[in-house]
Amino acid sequence: MSELEQRGDRAPIPSAWEYATAPESREIVKLQERYGIFVGGEFVEPRSGEYYETLDPSSEEPLAEIPQAGPEDVALAVENAREAFQNGWSAASPAERAKYLFRIARILQERSREFAVLETLNGGKPIRESRDVDLPLAAAHFFYYAGWADKLEYAFPHRRPQPLGVAGQIIPWNFPLLMLAWKIAPALAGGNTVVLKPAETTPLSALLFCDVLRQAELPPGVVNIVTGDGATGAAIVKSEVDKIAFTGSTEVGKAIQRELAGTGKKLTLELGGKAANIIFDDAALDQAVEGIVNGIYFNQGHVCCAGSRLLVQESIYEPLIDKLKRRLTTLRVGDPLDKNTDVGAINSRQQLEKIEELVAAGKEEGAEIYQPPCRLPEKGYWFVPTVFTNVAQSYRIAQEEIFGPVLSVLTFRTPDEAVEKANNTPYGLSAGVWTEKGSRILWMAERLQAGVIWANTYNRFDPASPFGGYKESGFGREGGLHGLEPYLDFEGAEVSGG
Amino acid sequence: MAQAPALPTGFELPLEPRLPRIGSIDQVAVEARATDLSRRSIKREAKLFALDLSVRMMDLTTLEGADTPGKVAALASKAIRPDPSDSSVPSVAAVCIYPNLVQTARERVAGSGVKVASVATAFPSGQSPTDLKVAEARRVVELGADEVDMVIDRGAFLAGRYAKVYDEIVQVKEAVGDKHLKVILETGELGTYDNVRRASLLAIAAGADFIKTSTGKLSTSATMPVTLVMLEAIRDVFEETGRRVGMKPAGGIRNAKQAVQTLVLVHETLGLDWLTPDLFRFGASSLLNDVLMQIRKEKTGRYQSPDYFTID
Repeated sequence: MSELEQRGDRAPIPSAWEYATAPESREIVKLQERYGIFVGGEFVEPRSGEYYETLDPSSEEPLAEIPQAGPEDVALAVENAREAFQNGWSAASPAERAKYLFRIARILQERSREFAVLETLNGGKPIRESRDVDLPLAAAHFFYYAGWADKLEYAFPHRRPQPLGVAGQIIPWNFPLLMLAWKIAPALAGGNTVVLKPAETTPLSALLFCDVLRQAELPPGVVNIVTGDGATGAAIVKSEVDKIAFTGSTEVGKAIQRELAGTGKKLTLELGGKAANIIFDDAALDQAVEGIVNGIYFNQGHVCCAGSRLLVQESIYEPLIDKLKRRLTTLRVGDPLDKNTDVGAINSRQQLEKIEELVAAGKEEGAEIYQPPCRLPEKGYWFVPTVFTNVAQSYRIAQEEIFGPVLSVLTFRTPDEAVEKANNTPYGLSAGVWTEKGSRILWMAERLQAGVIWANTYNRFDPASPFGGYKESGFGREGGLHGLEPYLDFEGAEVSGG
Repeated sequence: MAQAPALPTGFELPLEPRLPRIGSIDQVAVEARATDLSRRSIKREAKLFALDLSVRMMDLTTLEGADTPGKVAALASKAIRPDPSDSSVPSVAAVCIYPNLVQTARERVAGSGVKVASVATAFPSGQSPTDLKVAEARRVVELGADEVDMVIDRGAFLAGRYAKVYDEIVQVKEAVGDKHLKVILETGELGTYDNVRRASLLAIAAGADFIKTSTGKLSTSATMPVTLVMLEAIRDVFEETGRRVGMKPAGGIRNAKQAVQTLVLVHETLGLDWLTPDLFRFGASSLLNDVLMQIRKEKTGRYQSPDYFTID
């Protein structure tokens, strides 16, 4: 019995519990060495003849060669889109258009693991997120707009909705496939055809999506994908499209708006943000901490609506920050393909340098930095989840969009002050309010200048809910009925007799 | 604008040691967090570690009207040596039984290090006069129980008579002396996570060494979000006062996977310090065999028929 006695009494506290690695297999993804641009239903070599390498940002390993499409490639894509628009797609019965959208949605669901792995491989985001957020939402967007495609007359009664023509769409690298879905689904539902450019650093899921389009037997030319850097994007803006939809930085958004002025082309912009996540002293604290973490460390903070400015009521500042710091020590940073990873790789060297530059500025300006102890992989682009306290409203880290896992904490004393500080930014994309008091949520929502306001949650998305900005965060909405409007022409609307 | 969080009427906490604010729990968010944590993928050596720990942390339980000395003797043998074919499998933490069987259990586990835990205070309903409940608790200690699992008076709690619930725990704690007191909240009857948090803090304030989710007599017992809410209450008390209170989810944890998920919850909420039978227990009857089966699978790479594991 002596042996057992030893075991039974006072078991030692373990010194560590390391979770064994649990990587999702990348076997499911078959990459080509070199891709073409997708025009008229076929992959073709770019006329520009130029290619660049796309990387896995977690290892800097090259994944494939991607065309750097030039103006002549863009022109070809637009031509094909125009032809598809005129010869069939715009005249197809709405139910027929819905059929293709439903097919795409179902195929995305069926192939979701493949897409999730690819999204993680090329973008650096944790597989947990691409699997549980990006893919289900991308499929949901196609399902949602498939449902509207044959009900446009009811969606916009007495307004005679008509398609616009060819939509040029330029999307960012933070949610490559999801942003593609946000753009393509409403465009096709409205009867338009599309020329889309994925971001320079994350083209692979868009290129794999072309395979889905063929599988769904979507008529050639209805969706065309051209790849390349900002120059390719600029070529799309200058091309013969009827509408531009852009998601990206405010700087580029402004340049696009300047370029389009006077052309009659329609424009929607979804730009940057510096959202306030506001915690009142009666909030459920542990859940608010989860909301803060989800607000800023979700997708490494590469989220335009990220809750990057934390506004905490002073009376709970200390317990909340203690809880937050403690929670940061449990964040698992590392191999994006590991199923237990919470924070993955920074998307590119360029973005990493931008984050480092702003964090250095924060330190210099006098903010106090906290970073949990954390082992980062040697290769690839990484940044430790960071909290800045003692931040003044005037600091760059409180004003500029960092687009990384960096949180700036400010305090407030009263709801009025919270509103004032929250709105004191050129941006206005989103905000979060944490309180147990229902009336205060409504009071805040009336006053906050932000397109999306979350109450007691953060970074939740649904295809039925419109998304978009105030002020320099852009204009136009994506998602919901609102998201169809920018892809429709109402010029033939009946004039009401009133 | 700022108000101190309202204390429920009649719930007057002693000022020393200072306790964390009662606060509130957001149902949607706490459930989302629990779901997130249960998606951790625990494999190979990390899994084996958790399975071994689960055995050490188990309060092997039988609480039936039909319990006999024979049944408890068999349970005790199983508790001491859960897997006779594998000597590396440790003993469980305790056997948990009704008061009438304490003596039998005491004799059967003597010298093994396995503890005897007895339920008391008119388990499972707690609907008896306070003096009887206190007397019962005192009596099970005299009979040889090392640990006492009491139930709170949910009738009083739900009627808002928090002071009564509190006083009763204080009295029972006095009656059991230095024996470990586990306080069962029966969360399935409390209705809200806010109530679970309130009852947790109340039990801790009154002197509980452990707080425990359930009697095992209800269909809803130790869910992941309930366990998380209680762990967070324990964490807040620790941060505020330095006092370490134990946690025992009971009922509803039937397979090894749930046990591992629960340990992940403990690990990421309270840290390594709570990964010990001194501060964490599973109350379960059917869980043990599934854990044993998974241990053997991890070690040999093969599943064996349930017939190879004894039913006790």
